[in-house]
Amino acid sequence: MTPDELSQLSVEERERQQGFEHCLNVCTAASCLSSGAEEVKKGLTTAVKEKGLREKCRIRGAGCMGLCSSGPLVALDPEDVLYQHVGVDDVPEIVESLDTQPVPRLLCDTTIPFFQRQKKIVLENSGRIDPERIEDYIAVGGYRSLARVLTEMDPDEVVQEIVNSGLRGRGGAGYPTGLKWGTVAKATGAEKYVICNADEGDPGAFMDRAVLESDPHRVLEGMTIAAYAVGATQGYIYVRAEYPLAIKRLRQAIKQAQRLGLQGDRIYETPFRFTVDIRLGAGAFVCGEETALIASIEGGRGLPRPRPPYPANHGLWGCPTLINNVETFANVAAILREGAGWFSSIGTEKSKGTKVFSLAGPLSRYGLIEVPMGISLREIVFDIAGGLPDGKSFKAVQTGGPSGGCIPARHLDTSVDYESLRELGAIMGSGGMIVMDESSNMVDVARFFMEFCMTESCGKCVPCRVGTYQMHTLLDRIYNRQGTKRDLELLSELCEVVRETSLCGLGQTAPNPVNSTLRYFRDEYEERLVSDGVRGPSGDPLAQVEMTP
Amino acid sequence: MVVAQRVQKVSHPSDDKRWKIIDATMRRAGNDRHALIETLHAVQESFGYLGDDALRYVAKRLRIPLSTVYGVATFYHYFTLKPPGEHLCVVCLGTACYIKGAPELVDRVSARWNVSMGESSPDGKVTLLSARCVGSCGLAPIAVVDGEVVGRTSPDELVDRIERLGNDDA
Ligand SMILES: Cc1cc2nc3c(=O)[nH]c(=O)nc-3n(C[C@H](O)[C@H](O)[C@H](O)COP(=O)(O)O)c2cc1C
Repeated sequence: MTPDELSQLSVEERERQQGFEHCLNVCTAASCLSSGAEEVKKGLTTAVKEKGLREKCRIRGAGCMGLCSSGPLVALDPEDVLYQHVGVDDVPEIVESLDTQPVPRLLCDTTIPFFQRQKKIVLENSGRIDPERIEDYIAVGGYRSLARVLTEMDPDEVVQEIVNSGLRGRGGAGYPTGLKWGTVAKATGAEKYVICNADEGDPGAFMDRAVLESDPHRVLEGMTIAAYAVGATQGYIYVRAEYPLAIKRLRQAIKQAQRLGLQGDRIYETPFRFTVDIRLGAGAFVCGEETALIASIEGGRGLPRPRPPYPANHGLWGCPTLINNVETFANVAAILREGAGWFSSIGTEKSKGTKVFSLAGPLSRYGLIEVPMGISLREIVFDIAGGLPDGKSFKAVQTGGPSGGCIPARHLDTSVDYESLRELGAIMGSGGMIVMDESSNMVDVARFFMEFCMTESCGKCVPCRVGTYQMHTLLDRIYNRQGTKRDLELLSELCEVVRETSLCGLGQTAPNPVNSTLRYFRDEYEERLVSDGVRGPSGDPLAQVEMTP
Repeated sequence: MVVAQRVQKVSHPSDDKRWKIIDATMRRAGNDRHALIETLHAVQESFGYLGDDALRYVAKRLRIPLSTVYGVATFYHYFTLKPPGEHLCVVCLGTACYIKGAPELVDRVSARWNVSMGESSPDGKVTLLSARCVGSCGLAPIAVVDGEVVGRTSPDELVDRIERLGNDDA
């Protein structure tokens, strides 16, 4: 295919779509599917057929529409109507009303802050296109950035554009993406690789999954542009086996891209070639860490190794390798389309663009949101999510999962950017955001994350393997009202040791949930402590702890 | 770098047709040792678990020491070395599910079928597993019973659900 043929295809597809008077978009992302969206979609398809409306109304399976708390969601175009909590029983009424007024009792108000306060870049197509059809993506301008890059730009111009945009990695640490691309571009090696990190292991995070399920071509386009910029010919998407729908859609998307010549040899009839393969994770959190991920793609146990050398110089099979997160790649095509200046005008001085969060907990509204960097936590919790229902009171918001921390009410006005969150002892993380009310005990929450790190520790380095186990034992003891003041001191000491001496990010950040809850909710620890004598024959408390997990 | 290797003649552990699927997976990767995890995925998808015979077969075919194959198979939580029970109950223990009471789901299922986490019940009816987050936090707490997502569930409802499955078989 040539760029002209792409434009042609885009025009044809748009005309085809405009041939329909209406389009009913049914959310077919994981959450709506689990509440019956597939049945609704089938019901609508049958009803439209029976009423002889097939030429008039298109039924489209679309990606995530964000407001998971009101699913299953159905959106009607071009009227711009959103229906919530749609069941199979509602189908006749919806079809009946196509040419009249929308069904009032199913209407979801789209003027609420949940919709109005968001800013969509990564999710711009999510819920608006059929993720299983490449033509849908092309109709909204997909693969046009790639065409421009391949025919009009040099690789270093592409790198420079990403540098200028200020994009930073969305996988957690926030490393400047342009800088990383530049390093890989300059590195020398027989081969170079591009890897998309879709391991998303943080419990309570489902942003990457939603992007892959809703707009897989966007990620492929971003990876292909990256490959051109750094000089790679082979790409891998490392995706969790626990995400079957995302895997299925990615597989489909790769086949479709190959069919149209957007992957493989001579892309857009230029000398550039690039192929993407899928590699499945197998349920090990540590494999999200880049060096462990590489070990896993190579077919071995997912053990991290010390850096440097960084993957950019010495990665997959010893070759220069670019690793970015799903959401990072999902920003790329938009940046090249709208320009670096546009992207860097969004957000704060050091954190540009938007961030996708998966929002959960006892909230009036929850689901998947994309907000401009620099928005306050309060706006997210109280405007977008509508606060906590039933008179419950806000206690803390947890960001960054097992590497992150709990932020209390008094810091709700903090701006959401990499630096501000880190100052509070939390991190931006990959985007899990969980709100807790008074019923959550913070020692229990810290124990939960420590249990996670303990089980997920790969065992390669001692501080993490033994340290997480000991910290968990201490937390468990304190939670069960058997810990002493000395235990609490030991816990703090261990936090320090494990943070300073662990090999990879897993151990280095494992103490964060403890540190942040100790910092803001120390009283919850202290009220559970007992005096030394109470626990019986004391001595060194650690002597009573078994050493092998 | 995938370099095609000379394939050793290794016969299938049984005349089960499913071994052909496993062979195809290895062949696609040029029978290279890098294909180990892909192959183990194929075995688990076809047979439901990684049996001894399968591990030995894959080790020989890919020319990897059995100890390495075993090391990889046990490193990843997703792989299971024991045959699953009749029904599979996976309780999500992600953060959102945890704070909404997922541990009680585990306790109840575990008590009802006398099964501990990661194991199958003595009567072979139920296998109880945990997931680290199935990514539908809006529906917390969640269990996945025989592949079907049961959202916003309670201990009673979940036990009831599994019991009904058992009865349908009878
Ligand atoms: C224990 C651990 C788990 C991680 N998990 C993920 C993950 O699930 N997804 C991800 O993109 N990055 C994860 N990372 C970060 C990666 O190592 C790497 O920094 C990231 O993929 C780089 O992409 P980015 O620059 O686009 O953010 C993890 C890091 C650690 C230490």
